[in-house]
Amino acid sequence: MSTAPENGFVVFDRVQKSYDGETLVVKDLNLSIGKGEFLTMLGPSGSGKTTCLMMLAGFETATHGEILLDGKPINNIPPHKRGIGMVFQNYALFPHMTVAENLAFPLEVRKLGKSEREAKVKRALEMVQMGDFGGRRPTQLSGGQQQRIALARALVFEPELVLMDEPLGALDKQLREHMQFEITNLAHSLGITTVYVTHDQTEALTMSDHVAVFDDGRIQQLAPPDLLYEKPENSFVAQFIGENNTLTGVVKEIREGRAIVQLDGGELIDAMPVNVSKAGERTKVSIRPERVEFNKDRLSPDALTLKAEVMEFIYMGDIFRTRLRVAGRDDFIIKTRNAPDQRRLKPGEMIEIGWLAEDCRALDA
Amino acid sequence: MELPPYATTGQRIWHYTFKVLCGLILFFLIAPIVVIIPLSFNAENFFTFTPGMLAFEADAYSFKHYQDFFSNPDWQQALVNSVQIAPVATLLSVSLGTLAAVGLSQDHVPFRRAIMAILISPMIVPLIISAAGMYFFYSRIGLQGTYVGVVLAHAALGIPFVIITVTATLVGFDRSLTRAAANMGADPVTTFFKIQMPLILPGVISGGLFAFITSFDEVVVVLFVGSAGQKTLPWQMFTGLREQISPTILAVATILVGISIALLTTVELLRRRSERLRGMSPG
Repeated sequence: MSTAPENGFVVFDRVQKSYDGETLVVKDLNLSIGKGEFLTMLGPSGSGKTTCLMMLAGFETATHGEILLDGKPINNIPPHKRGIGMVFQNYALFPHMTVAENLAFPLEVRKLGKSEREAKVKRALEMVQMGDFGGRRPTQLSGGQQQRIALARALVFEPELVLMDEPLGALDKQLREHMQFEITNLAHSLGITTVYVTHDQTEALTMSDHVAVFDDGRIQQLAPPDLLYEKPENSFVAQFIGENNTLTGVVKEIREGRAIVQLDGGELIDAMPVNVSKAGERTKVSIRPERVEFNKDRLSPDALTLKAEVMEFIYMGDIFRTRLRVAGRDDFIIKTRNAPDQRRLKPGEMIEIGWLAEDCRALDA
Repeated sequence: MELPPYATTGQRIWHYTFKVLCGLILFFLIAPIVVIIPLSFNAENFFTFTPGMLAFEADAYSFKHYQDFFSNPDWQQALVNSVQIAPVATLLSVSLGTLAAVGLSQDHVPFRRAIMAILISPMIVPLIISAAGMYFFYSRIGLQGTYVGVVLAHAALGIPFVIITVTATLVGFDRSLTRAAANMGADPVTTFFKIQMPLILPGVISGGLFAFITSFDEVVVVLFVGSAGQKTLPWQMFTGLREQISPTILAVATILVGISIALLTTVELLRRRSERLRGMSPG
């Protein structure tokens, strides 16, 4: 799952965190982040992702285990000596200082000379395209502009590691997408290691080199975005990332890397065994809506199919979203591209659906 | 406050009664203070309006009581004492009160409520009880009748005001700002003076003002804890009232009212400025 602890730039080694001494918010966290990597911690609220970020920044201490930065343990180093840049959820710009003073603050405490300070502030402001705003106060800026300033302030003292705690949460959709692009570009062009916390899976998928999916104080899966989406390792990840159809059943047999699953209604389907190993095990199979095929010509001749009744057809512009009744459940979704030759299914229509076995993953029940 | 067109007779009556009540309250609060101002320019040695004053004759008014205040060594000594005690007591109250408020605003401090209650008790306990208590306590440790003793006693009285105003300002203080500062490499002391202090300054200033006025106006505690060497202006006024009823007291009172108004105005302007800086209110 993770690379060996000793060769990461940031390493969490068996870290546990408890606030009250009883319940663990973070349970046995092992994570290694390479230099220059953009890692996103993704998870629902209360999954422990923000706690991990706070431990890395030094605002919380690990109850057990060790956090290493560039090979050195940092458990006993106070936040102000860690030299880590951070972008806060509410930006945390100092309201009594101008934008330029905000940016100069980390340089002042590092006792840099005036001319050097001014040069760096100017460069950082230009980097986020806010060159003319040095004299303004944070309250005179829009949310997106404040966001940029917060980013510039986290980068101005050239830290090797930058933490971001849901920095785009307060922005509107369009601006958010634009900033996602800018942040990833900036992080990669400067070669900074970035740890980004979000609960927005689109953000995680579009921005990151690796995504760590958190739930219940553990990393459920650590993988590049495409693997996370296409090859989820357990049913939590499959459910949490993207839209997903779930069917429950029992493994009938596993042969040549393929599993035959008997659904609770008796139907047989093909699946890819992921964390089931033998016949008789209960499983949740997961299949992405866009990987379901209802055109028989495009399925392999020996593929197992399911009968389905079209319940609802939703036109969404670029795609069609169709809700089906399959194996006794009426929340099965398929998505098809709005192409000239695409069939538009009608409610009440009976169809047969199937898929490639490797797209259908038999996961833990 | 305008009456809506659908107001009932009862509401109309209440509306006007309410206005009269408000007027009466303001009158009872302000009239006793306002009336001393013309009286302090009285040419006679009386506390009443002379017929000449009421007729606005120029020679019925004079500055003689003001002259008396500025030339009488007793009053001058009292003024010097007050000016030596109040600012130092204020400085102590502000420093200790601010630190206490900042400390007590942290979640991890045990018994926060109990500590807070003890610290603000001088404001709640009747002054005469505090004063008597301080008298006995300070006598034992040799502070009774000393400058330091009076300053400490006044500081103790001023601290609750500072704690309350600073705590109120801290409620609106964004903790992530101190975290951001720490993250950027500022040690806790730098963070306090560069980030937290400028932002809670309005509360500190208001608290300081209250502490100053408390010390400057205070008569009970100083009577107990002080000795002749620490006779402050209020003490001198108190003795003046008992021993020689001289309108100089009115002149002093007028000056004190003037100082209070000037202080309040300055502080309010400062507070507005700093609130604007921290982005709490527009323009």
